[in-house]
Amino acid sequence: MASITIRGVKKNYAKTQVVHGVDLDFTSGEFVVILGPSGCGKSTLLRMIAGLEEISDGEIAIDGTVVNRLEPRERGCAMVFQNYALYPHMSVAQNIGYSLKVAGVPSAERQQRIQAVARTLELEHLLDRKPMALSGGQRQRVAMGRAMIREPKVFLFDEPLSNLDAKLRVQMRSEIRKLHRRLNATSVFVTHDQVEAMTLADRLVVMNGGRVEQVGTPGEIYTRPASRFVATFVGAPAMNILEGTVDLDGLSLLGGSRRLAMARAGLPVGTKVAMGIRPEAVRLVAPGTAGALDATVDLVEELGAGRVIYVDLDGAPFSVMTSEAVHPEPGSQVGLRISPDDMHFFSSETGARLDVFKASVPEPAL
Amino acid sequence: MVERTPFLNFFTHLILFIGFVFCIAPFVVVVIAASHNLKDVNDVPMSLLPGSDFWVNIKTAWTTADLGPKLLNSFIMATGVAAGKVIVSALTAFSIVYFRYPGRMLIFWLIFITLMLPLEVRIVPTYAVVANVLEPYQAILDLTGISWLIEKVSGVQVQLSLGLLNSYSGLILPLVATATGTFLYRQFFLTVPDELTEAARMDGAGALRFFIDILLPLSRNNMAALGTIMFLWAWNQYLWPLLITTDQSHAMAVTELKQLIPNVGGIPEWHIAMAGTLIVMLPPLIVVVLMQRWFVRGLIATEK
Repeated sequence: MASITIRGVKKNYAKTQVVHGVDLDFTSGEFVVILGPSGCGKSTLLRMIAGLEEISDGEIAIDGTVVNRLEPRERGCAMVFQNYALYPHMSVAQNIGYSLKVAGVPSAERQQRIQAVARTLELEHLLDRKPMALSGGQRQRVAMGRAMIREPKVFLFDEPLSNLDAKLRVQMRSEIRKLHRRLNATSVFVTHDQVEAMTLADRLVVMNGGRVEQVGTPGEIYTRPASRFVATFVGAPAMNILEGTVDLDGLSLLGGSRRLAMARAGLPVGTKVAMGIRPEAVRLVAPGTAGALDATVDLVEELGAGRVIYVDLDGAPFSVMTSEAVHPEPGSQVGLRISPDDMHFFSSETGARLDVFKASVPEPAL
Repeated sequence: MVERTPFLNFFTHLILFIGFVFCIAPFVVVVIAASHNLKDVNDVPMSLLPGSDFWVNIKTAWTTADLGPKLLNSFIMATGVAAGKVIVSALTAFSIVYFRYPGRMLIFWLIFITLMLPLEVRIVPTYAVVANVLEPYQAILDLTGISWLIEKVSGVQVQLSLGLLNSYSGLILPLVATATGTFLYRQFFLTVPDELTEAARMDGAGALRFFIDILLPLSRNNMAALGTIMFLWAWNQYLWPLLITTDQSHAMAVTELKQLIPNVGGIPEWHIAMAGTLIVMLPPLIVVVLMQRWFVRGLIATEK
């Protein structure tokens, strides 16, 4: 159990900067997920915590001790790698026990601890096998066992589930969660999979382009995305974004074909604003209903439990997710009802969230 | 694209067969010649039906050239070269691949250059060094005037000398110092996933620990391949052993074969010479047969 403090951490490779001054605090026993698209610097950040990458600037402290200059083994971190990184020539037992062997733990105690870890992970019958003879899920468990046996202060996971098939991924996800509940060690989990991130995290860190976009609980991130990037990155299908311009008494959307009546809240006329609405927040109504937007259906994706309906809204692509038993034909007209409470506004310039609007129902422009 | 037609099948087999005959024919002639007696072996043309004196000839060759101790010498030397080569190559490649230090590329290229300077090219300086290993240091002392200074001050004349002629070290060491093995290992180490290195670091293993516990076991096949090649190569060395072993006690089997080859005007005992050849050929053959499985794997397969 340990807290992690990250202060102004930067990372440069030769001339390119990949992490631009990150400040984060992870409390003891917390399960933090760092989410972001590939190349956003999330793995680099994790590897800097682990001690596998040098920290170009700023400092990282574990339990109050600055670890910038410490070797990985001195930091009390254990890491689970994306490709498991099991030693191919060692048996499962040797793989799990290797760190203890290096640390000079006597053989008897080592065996005992290997057995204990194997029991937790249900690997007892596989201890004599070589990694080559294991399935993906089993390899994953061995990699976790190798991290667990050291009883580390901090667990680091570098996209550990991305090589598993969908079913196994769901299963391992809940196992990791259960494991965390039992061990209660501070865990940092890096992934680009938002479902993984939402389900695992106590707190979620969304990164983009080497910067932290938002930190919060999965619920906060979903309901109040701090930026346009977070809004469109979290949630599937992605949030619909309609570009608009502030005019005298509201917001003109889609090049003027629709408009929102609302208070301007001090924004000068002509300010570019993006309005976001989640596909699952849109209600389907009959075309021509008052207060609804009419659109043409492009494509219907059947998901079993629901449907994603892609429509054309005056030339802009827009998606609607519904669990109602409606099956509109492509080419037909539907009405979209959007509640003002579900609208998100972002500055078109900076992408930052704007909470100044109190919008009304969008209506056709006169 | 792999084409399969009866004609091409026949044609490729024909080529393979011709190649095989070319390779095996001299060997067959040696075996047959070694089984003839003195009269039959000198018939023109020599009968290609095996004679009956094979074991007699082998025995004569063995005693005439005193092959027993010489095979042992050859074996010690070839094993020494193979082992030394494997160790030195693994260590140098480890250093080049896994560490970043000033002059790394310079060292890399210096090692690379030795590929272009085989022993035959640098045989005179190499001989001089082996004759007196401390010669270069003596030269440095002489050139810088230090030896002159010491002589003036203490009256002692500096004369460093450590000769390795007629010794196993002298036979082995110059053959160990070449680059081929370093490159084989370098290529292998480059295929070892970085995550493995990082996992070892997270597990707390230092550089040497990682080398011994992870890299060496993983490169078993490479070791076998390199060891086999180097054993054969060292066993077949002729010029270098001939040059530095003036004493019979350190003579090599391959160089001593010459003793069995009839002199001009002497008795043309070619059957004995051929029998001796067969004996000397045997140990490398055994090594190849025993190591073949590992050897092939080490050269072609990249095991993950």
